[in-house]
Amino acid sequence: MKRDLTCVACPLGCQITVEYEGTEVLSVTGNTCKRGDAYARTEIVNPTRNIASTVKVVGGAHPVVPVKTSAPIPKTMIFDCMKEINKACVNAPVSIGQVIIPDVLGTGVDIVATNID
Amino acid sequence: MMNYDLVVVGGGPAGMAAALKAKECGVESIIILERAETLGGILEQCIHSGFGLTYFGEELSGPEYAARFIEMVEKTDITVKTDAMVLDISESNLVTAVNKKDGLLKIQAKAVVLAMGCRERPRGALEIAGSRCSGIMTAGTAQKYVNLDGYMPGKKVVILGSGDIGLIMARRMTLEGAEVKVVCELMPFSGGLNRNIVQCLNDYNIPLRLSTTVVECHGKDRLEGVTIAQVDDKLQPIESTKEYIECDTLMLSVGLIPENELTKNVGIAIDRVTNGAVVDEMRQTDHKGVFACGNVLHVHDLVDFVTMESQLAGQGAAEYILNGEKETVYVNSTTGNGVRYLVPQRVNIKNGNDVKLYFRVGKIYKNAKVVLECDGEVISSKKKVKLAPGEMENVVIPADVLAKMNENSTIVVRVEE
Repeated sequence: MKRDLTCVACPLGCQITVEYEGTEVLSVTGNTCKRGDAYARTEIVNPTRNIASTVKVVGGAHPVVPVKTSAPIPKTMIFDCMKEINKACVNAPVSIGQVIIPDVLGTGVDIVATNID
Repeated sequence: MMNYDLVVVGGGPAGMAAALKAKECGVESIIILERAETLGGILEQCIHSGFGLTYFGEELSGPEYAARFIEMVEKTDITVKTDAMVLDISESNLVTAVNKKDGLLKIQAKAVVLAMGCRERPRGALEIAGSRCSGIMTAGTAQKYVNLDGYMPGKKVVILGSGDIGLIMARRMTLEGAEVKVVCELMPFSGGLNRNIVQCLNDYNIPLRLSTTVVECHGKDRLEGVTIAQVDDKLQPIESTKEYIECDTLMLSVGLIPENELTKNVGIAIDRVTNGAVVDEMRQTDHKGVFACGNVLHVHDLVDFVTMESQLAGQGAAEYILNGEKETVYVNSTTGNGVRYLVPQRVNIKNGNDVKLYFRVGKIYKNAKVVLECDGEVISSKKKVKLAPGEMENVVIPADVLAKMNENSTIVVRVEE
């Protein structure tokens, strides 16, 4: 099997072609860096994405503070992860990198703050 | 009146990088004047990741990228005034600003860096027919509502324009539970990055309709729907393709305009294509001691490039403050076939260093060559698999080529198919 992908690892957006059998990747071509190779392989087997959103803050200067996944999560879990993020609430002060939700949905990935408040 | 060696107008990524570089080069007194309540500029609301891969070698969110520079500024003795609006810059670089705490501020500067960034093109510029109901806003305004105010501006969304902010907002609204019905793009290609089409639209099955625009807005108090239509090759709507789409929100991502009111007031020459100042390789305008960098100069794809350009401006300003005027012999850079604009627009051939010319092409090219020609001689000819208007390109004039030039020399960049 052959699939053409646009790499999302960086803003370059390389066009990558992956040849695979089932979940076994045979070749990756068109990428211009190692990140592209890794992206193409995960995309075939278990596509993952980083997501960014906001979490309610109590007692801060702003109503919300931005957060992100500390590592990519499976694409299929994005909306479930959003539900967890929207349930969360944090007390000010908040620091960059502060874990807001540890191990979200058992993925081993944390939801961390990306700004101060 | 206060005296500062360097006044930086704007505390976004451009202003901070320019100020920090000037400090590093030995400029003693520097002040940053920022209109918002905090430093960071537009990055504060860009909570998605994708920033910093080129400059820091890691992927950061907007606020994280900004925080690194804010922290660096805080470690220096650079003065920062937030909530401060610059009203005027005089012929002699006297800067007038106002803020709540100090009232009217008069600051005499030896040099000024303009780093005001850009604004979004508003609805008024598009002449879309229909009522002036609520629910129509620029994508950046919607981004501020959602990401800074924690407020959802709508539930059923149509986006006009496929610039990166529009694409990013399509995903953001979807994540927060809105239904993004369609992204319409007037041109036959998207102005956004490929990766954003994949991860913001394709991932969520949001259709992108090229050569399509919004021709009418419906609704009285609140937007109830829009009529969209395909356009012909003269970009005119085709009557028979009209289609009504129910929505309560229309977001516009139809281009950015450098915010150059101050620049124009000083009488600085403006490039009609970039809508930014005409500058030399150190980003000095035609007004001595006034430099411009970042999105106020020309709209960049990546903040990393803004940072790098602003460091050049900071260095240029520092050299001007510390050493006075340099020997200058200017040669204009000229756009050839396929090239929409070049920055810098003129190059001091006495500079002594390699000079990078940044440019954008007017349409999509496949397997084309970027040719740099100086004095009629081809200096470089680089093959490119793809050139697109949404992606800024660059070409380098080597120092030894510049050294051989004189005031009658020519610099041309063109695309060869």
